[in-house]
Amino acid sequence: MSEQITEHPLHFRPDEAFRARAKAVVDSPFLRQSFRGAMDFLMSKRAAQFPDADELETLRSLGEQIRQYNLSRLPDLLLQLETRLTANGVKVHWAETPDDANAIILGIIQGHGASKMVKGKSMVSEEIELNHAAEAAGIEALESDMGEYIVQLAGEKPSHIIMPAIHKTKEEIARLFAEKVPGVDYTDNVDALIQIGRNVLRRKFLEAEIGLSGVNFAVAETGTLCLVENEGNGRMCTTAPGIHIAITGIEKIVEKLEHVPPLYSLLTRSATGQNISTYFNMISSPRKPGEKDGPEEVHLVLLDNGRSQAYADEQLRKTLQCIRCGACMNHCPVYTRIGGHAYGTTYPGPIGKIISPHMLGLDGTSGLVTASSLCGACGEVCPVKIPIPELLIRLRSEAFAEPPGHAGKPSAMRDQGAGYSPLQAAIWRGWAAVYSTPALYRAVSWLGSRLRALTPRRQGGWTSVRTPLQPAPQRLRDLMKQRH
Amino acid sequence: MSARDRILAKLRRNAPSTTNPLPDVGAWFAGHRPVETAAEKAARFRHFIELAHAEVHPVDADSWLDTLHGILKARGIGKLLLAEGTAHGDAALDALPPRGIECSVYDMAIEAWKTEMFTATPASLTGARAAIAETGTLILWPDEREPRLMSLVPPVHVVLLDATRIYNTFFEAMSHEGWKDGLPTNALLISGPSKTADIQQTLAYGAHGPKELIVLMLTPKEDAQ
Repeated sequence: MSEQITEHPLHFRPDEAFRARAKAVVDSPFLRQSFRGAMDFLMSKRAAQFPDADELETLRSLGEQIRQYNLSRLPDLLLQLETRLTANGVKVHWAETPDDANAIILGIIQGHGASKMVKGKSMVSEEIELNHAAEAAGIEALESDMGEYIVQLAGEKPSHIIMPAIHKTKEEIARLFAEKVPGVDYTDNVDALIQIGRNVLRRKFLEAEIGLSGVNFAVAETGTLCLVENEGNGRMCTTAPGIHIAITGIEKIVEKLEHVPPLYSLLTRSATGQNISTYFNMISSPRKPGEKDGPEEVHLVLLDNGRSQAYADEQLRKTLQCIRCGACMNHCPVYTRIGGHAYGTTYPGPIGKIISPHMLGLDGTSGLVTASSLCGACGEVCPVKIPIPELLIRLRSEAFAEPPGHAGKPSAMRDQGAGYSPLQAAIWRGWAAVYSTPALYRAVSWLGSRLRALTPRRQGGWTSVRTPLQPAPQRLRDLMKQRH
Repeated sequence: MSARDRILAKLRRNAPSTTNPLPDVGAWFAGHRPVETAAEKAARFRHFIELAHAEVHPVDADSWLDTLHGILKARGIGKLLLAEGTAHGDAALDALPPRGIECSVYDMAIEAWKTEMFTATPASLTGARAAIAETGTLILWPDEREPRLMSLVPPVHVVLLDATRIYNTFFEAMSHEGWKDGLPTNALLISGPSKTADIQQTLAYGAHGPKELIVLMLTPKEDAQ
């Protein structure tokens, strides 16, 4: 069902193709029904977790305050985290770009002569295209989260940040397993399918030399990496192999351990409607002398990749409050209709629209920021109160305003003005002149009603789904005159 | 200049001039839940962990080994992994072998017996440090005697919990025990058997960790139901 929208499964796809990909999904009643059902399910699960509107509001405010407090101290906290982790025996690495991060990770792996890596769910590792880089270096990088394992087996990318294989039906997964997993016959029994995955991956956990994971919260005061999960694969990846490499964005940091319980509660309730996840895994050091398991080495890679650009602007900084729960996409009418692959970016949905321009530049993402009805649902459900609709409007003006080279203004963003069109700008300047000069307005509207037959039939994006606009035969002012 | 210095310099150059006020997390939790008795907390804990598909058996100091034996027998499990040197591990090590349960102990680094752990260890018994009522959660701090993989790899995980050690919330547990002043290599919250809903939002248990989580809730004898 998804062949037409996954033409380049391992690369960010060009923005120009966004409309075509979105249309392909919208034109498929099957896909639309499947996304609608999944999103309705997730929305009702979340709603059931927040029966008390007051509790939800005060907890969201607390979550917002915690994230804003920690972001306001970000450089200090990164240093504190580094100091604590180093004292605990964890090695800290810094990466400005995805290429840097891949080089660091592959360097660690190759330095140990290792070739087998199992991965816990990590969207940052998707962001840097680690699997692609590992494959090119001859290293096996196997996804072990069930959803990630399924999309990797299918040669695709996740279509949702929490539920990677949400676009697939169990019948498709049954066919995929029967085709790709040796010795497996077709079964669409979900329990049986999960047991197939379990058996394949248990063998891999036993054999892997490297375990890779993401991080949900990094606690500066204790030097602790916190991981949230249900399956146990995150614990496997961080406990069974001899080396654990964690990767995270520089923004996922909290100063105090007590900041964790409110954010953790908001995360699981908003994401999947669970009061808590099955596992909360807090890692503070490698194996200590006398301990009988756990990795001998733990590494943390801190990735910038455009986050410091968002950080530089007071309004755009709010983007970094995100705790990656996915509630914004679950409640988004656009995501529900076009699904996660159409966006062509690692992070789909509303959060993807506001974070991707910092990672990829506005040049490839200016179409994304306009793909919103600004209904406000994303901002309303965000557990840390990111004003996503406001940020979308801001990014639109950054994308379509005159590039800084012309206006001489400092650039807040990479590829500012990427969507700027001199013709469109001239039209709007003319419009502004007409509407702010009464004599000109009268003259133009008089002319318009006389020359209405000359109105073009095709009017850019407007007429793609609407009838053309045409001035009325008589102006309102003429009609009013006739009444007297 | 290193990547580290460049990232930090960029952040510092554009950091806000003032720090936001420190949020009062304690104040929020102070009004979050009413004070509950031990029995109420135990009931709440049990309710939520059972919702998450764990099995709970109230036991007392005299009966818990019988209950454990019964649980293993009912499942046809003849082998149990134990933590030697813990009170519960030593007690089980004394009581179970005479009753036909082979007991193995985690006395070597995992590298020496990883394959056996993954392929021939059907069940394990560990203690819990404490629990959380609000979410039905066990708190485990694995250590030298009771290592990390014991609560993860065996398909059946049995946990002995002292029911007098149940906190209301996660926040209360970490504050009361002063976790910020010292965390172990690995601290864990466990709230049920391993599960996933990654295939068409259908819940399935036993994804990668234990398929069954069984809690023996140890209650002082006069209170035991």
